[in-house]
Parts: sequence; structure tokens; C-alpha cells
Amino acid sequence: MADPGPLLSLDDVHFRWPGRAPFSLNVPEFRVAAGETVLLLGESGSGKSTLLSLICGTILPQEGTITLLGTEISALKGAARDRLRAERIGVIFQQFNLLPFGTVADNVLLPLRFAPQRRARVKAPRDEVRRLCRALKLPDDLISARAALLSVGQQQRVAVARALIGQPPFIVADEPTSALDAESQGAFLDLMFERLRESGASLLMVSHDARLGARFDRVAQLSDIAVIDRLAA
Amino acid sequence: MILRLCLASLTARALTVGMTVLAVALSVVLFLGVEKVRTGAKASFADTISGTDLIVGARSGSVQLLLYSVFRIGNATNNVTWASYQDIAARPEVDWIVPISLGDSHRQFRVMGTSAAFFEHYKYRQDRGLEVADGALMADLFDAVIGADVATTLGYAVGDPIIVAHGVASFTEHDDQPFRISGILEKTGTPVDRTVIVSMEAIEAIHVDWQSGARIPGQSTPIETIRQMDLTPQAVTAALIGVESPLQIFDLQRAINDYPEEPLLAILPGVALQELWGIVGIAETALLGVSAMVVVTALIGLMATIFSSLNERRREMAIFRAVGARPLTILVMLVLEAALTAAAGAIVGLGLLYLCLVVAQPLLDSAFGLWLPIERPSLQELWVVLGVIAAGAIVSLLPALRAYRMSVADGMMVRI
Repeated sequence: MADPGPLLSLDDVHFRWPGRAPFSLNVPEFRVAAGETVLLLGESGSGKSTLLSLICGTILPQEGTITLLGTEISALKGAARDRLRAERIGVIFQQFNLLPFGTVADNVLLPLRFAPQRRARVKAPRDEVRRLCRALKLPDDLISARAALLSVGQQQRVAVARALIGQPPFIVADEPTSALDAESQGAFLDLMFERLRESGASLLMVSHDARLGARFDRVAQLSDIAVIDRLAA
Repeated sequence: MILRLCLASLTARALTVGMTVLAVALSVVLFLGVEKVRTGAKASFADTISGTDLIVGARSGSVQLLLYSVFRIGNATNNVTWASYQDIAARPEVDWIVPISLGDSHRQFRVMGTSAAFFEHYKYRQDRGLEVADGALMADLFDAVIGADVATTLGYAVGDPIIVAHGVASFTEHDDQPFRISGILEKTGTPVDRTVIVSMEAIEAIHVDWQSGARIPGQSTPIETIRQMDLTPQAVTAALIGVESPLQIFDLQRAINDYPEEPLLAILPGVALQELWGIVGIAETALLGVSAMVVVTALIGLMATIFSSLNERRREMAIFRAVGARPLTILVMLVLEAALTAAAGAIVGLGLLYLCLVVAQPLLDSAFGLWLPIERPSLQELWVVLGVIAAGAIVSLLPALRAYRMSVADGMMVRI
């Protein structure tokens, strides 16, 4: 890219859940640079779900702008936001990442169904699935197994493969290690960072565990970025 | 891929989906089965008599005349005199005429007096004639030919004696003039199967010592004397007529209905059958309505199943949303699943229907003379199958819209 400007920027974002309990979230300014890995520290209930939903474009702020790779998400219509998310963001949840009835390959290939550009980047889908799974230390014979049969650790690694396939520029992870024991956490993050370096994607990860910070380019407190107001507005 | 995932999702919930499929299948079996029996019964009914252009009897209602002359249901209110019968037979339009004399019975079966022409001209199922399975047609005055059901129900064989009772439910028997079974007819699936056929003269002969429906006391004419007597019938109950040319049917009908000497009625069997179906049609429509309600119930069951699965599938929907699926995609997937379930149900139902037909066909035929043909699904049945699939998709719109709203509200984050 000619202009190495921020991958993601939020400016003067103000969001309130319509018609629900009084809760508003304000983000004056927040940026993630291209290729940067950022850890956001915050307890549950600190508005992380709302912030991630705003960044991924499943909810819209009442005020302010959210821009991803030069496209203003907050100005797009619903379908276009879904399309943008499909093309540019790989999402990893805390757990229950996979469709239990689909095979591992089904799950990994799922985003390509909704993202033609990512699909175009994958020449041989089956080979790419095998390559990613091997890189993430998943045995080959699991590829055609149903996702429900996998251990939690294996499921999280499949979720990483799904987020990375077709090389989206931005990975959003919501406490991906909290369902793992301490030992697996380290191994999991090693594998994930290895893959990130290979693809050059940025990572925004939310966690309550400050010990993970050493691996990241930058660690930020969620409470410094987002101001939560629970009083009646 | 979406289709494959839908199928995988359905097989993962095999038990509940299987139950829904079964419910839809059974409702389809019922609906198509009722329709099959309905059309089969109608066809069997219409096939009872063919080749006959007019039926003539004493003046009453056309349905009544049809019922007693062809179906042996109910009784004639009056007879047609032999003179009138001969007048009609002599008309130039008449190609053939078959007299029918009813009023006696054997056990639960009706006895019908007729002429040899009956076996030649009575046709059923388009152009099938009566065939003798065993023995021969009547040769002697006291010979009787019995229908297939009479033979099997009463265990009769050719050569057995048979005693005719006076009236339809009577203990007064014509026991002084026993008949001999000369032949047994092939099964036809018509009322002929349940009829004992004798000659017109035989009917006359057994009533020699009778007057006004009762035996003349003390009088018993020996059989040998009867054989010498003039046994020309005095009256007939009805007559079947074939005309020379179809163009003459209405002329002849009018002539008979306007017959000055005696009040007569001539009917076209097809028209009278239509009239009869008009009466039966109400029950038939009600039956069809009830089976349609069963299909609706099954579809509501399908809808309820989807509704109840929505909550446990919120995660699934969140995953789809996270990888970029639009809420509309989620709606389409749910509708697709419902359509697949309904399609499976409809196809299983169609299969079950054919299975039932194969099993029930011979039973229905022998028990009710109802022949249900096993043939390729008709266009109408295919429309029913398509209709069930479409209706399944439509009823699923309700839960699918709810899922749509849920997935808009939840986004990728499921709050439980």
C-alpha cells in the first residue's frame, strides 16, 4: 500500500443500545496500524463486545466514524458491511467457534463462501486447508472429521485457520485463549503469531489476562480507550 | 456448500428432523390416499356400467332407478308392463334391449331375472364383458349363474342346488322350485359379483303359485306342469337399452318419458352417475378437507420444530454472521432447511403411499370391489408434493424472520 496509514481508526465514536438499559460507549480515538498486533485488556462487562461489534460492523455508532483500510464502515449499508467483514476481517471467538455438524474443512472454508476476493486468493482450497492445518499442528485425518469431535484446543486452532484463510488483512480475536489451560495457551499463541507473521495481518485481541502482553506490539487498557457511561443519558 | 451445510445441520438433528419428516410423510400419505380412494371409487363406480345408452324403469327418480337397476341398492316402486317393454323394444332406434327383473333374493344376494342378451351387452370398465369362470350360462329353466362373490362367500360350485327366497329380506322361500348352479362368472368388481342371475322365465315360473306377493294357500303346481306353461313375463323391473346411433339417444329418451300408456322413466347412466356423485360429493369433499387439515397440522409441527431450534442455534447464526453472512442468508438457510424437510416428508410419503397401495390393492379389490391402479404419480399428485414443499418453505418464513431479527440484534455476539 502506498499510504501506510492506519488499518483501523475510530474517531469520536458514540454508541448507545437503542431502547435497552442505559449504556453508552464513547471512543474518542483509537488506531491500529497495518501489521500491528494490539492487546486490549478489559474485564467482561467493560464494553469489549460492543466495541468489537462496532469494529466488525454488525452494529452502527450513532455518531463518529469507523474506518477500515480506507473504507468508512459506519457509512456503509448493512449488506456492504457484511461483505466488508467477510473480505477483510477474520474473527476468532472465545469458544464455540465452529459449526459442530460441519467438517473441519467445511469450517475453514466457510468465509470464502461470503468473500469472493479471499476465495480468489486461494488457488487450491483443499491444499490450503491442509497447509494451514499442518502449520497449526492439526493432524491431517482431522480435516474430514466433524468439528464437534475436536477438543477445545483443536477447535480454537481450526478457528485460527478459518480466520486466516484467504489472507484477510485484519484478525479480531475475542479472548481466544480463555477456554484453554495455561500450557495450551502459550502453544496456541505461538502458532497464531507464527501464522500472523507469515500473512502480515494485523491483530486486535481482547483479553483480561495481562500476562499475554509480552507477545504484542502494543498493550492498551480498554478503559483508556472506551468511556462507558451506564447512567441514564 | 450452503446446501451441503444445511443437509449436515439437518442430519445432526436427525431425531427431531426425522420425526418432522415422518409427520409430514404420514399427512401426505393420508391426503394422497384419500384422493386415490376417491378417484378410484369414482372410477369403479363409473366403470360399473358402460355401453348401455339408456336405462328404462317405472317413473321415479333417476338416481333411484340407477341404484336399483345397476347397483341393486333399494327397490323399484313399480314395474314396467310387458306390453310397454315390447313397445319400446319394437322402436326403430333400439339396437338391443335387455330386461331386468328384480325382487327375489338368495341369502344376502339379490336374484336378477334377465335374458341371454344380458351376458352379451352388459359391459363394465369401458368394454369388458362378462366371462364365465366355471360351468356355462343357463341352459335349463331352473339354471342359475352366480357372481364371483356369491360363489366365494357361500362356497358354491357348479352343480350345487340353490333356493331363491321371495323378497329381499324374507324367510318365505321358493323351496318347491330349487335351482341348479350352471355357471360362475369371473370377478368384475361390479354388483354383478353379488348377484344370482336366472332367466326371465324362471322368475315367472317360481311365481306361478303366487299372487300379490304371497303364496296362494294349498296350491302347488308340479314342476313338470310349470315347464309346459306359457312363461312369458308379465312385467319387468327395468331394461337396459343400446341405440342404433348415439344421435338417437335423446329422441328415444323423450319418447319413453312421454310414453302415453304408462308413466316411464329413461335415464342416461352417465348423467345419473354424475347426479349421484353430486350427492356423495359433499362427504367426499369433507374427507378431503379433513386430510388437508392433517397436512396443515404437520406443517405447523414443522414450524414449531424450527422455532424451538432457534435458541440453541444462536451460536451457529453468530458464526455465520462473523464470517460475513448477511442476515438474509440466515433467513434463506432456514427456509431452505424447512423446504428440504418438507421435501423429504413428501417424498417419503409418496413412497409409503405406493407401499400401502401394493399391500392394500388386492384386499380392497376383494373386499369392496374397489380397484386402485398402481401407476406413475399423476400430475396432480406431483403438484401436491410441490405444494407441500412450498407450504413448508412458507410456514418456515415465520421462524426464519425471527431468526433474521435475532441475527441482526445479536450480530456476532450472543448474549445468553
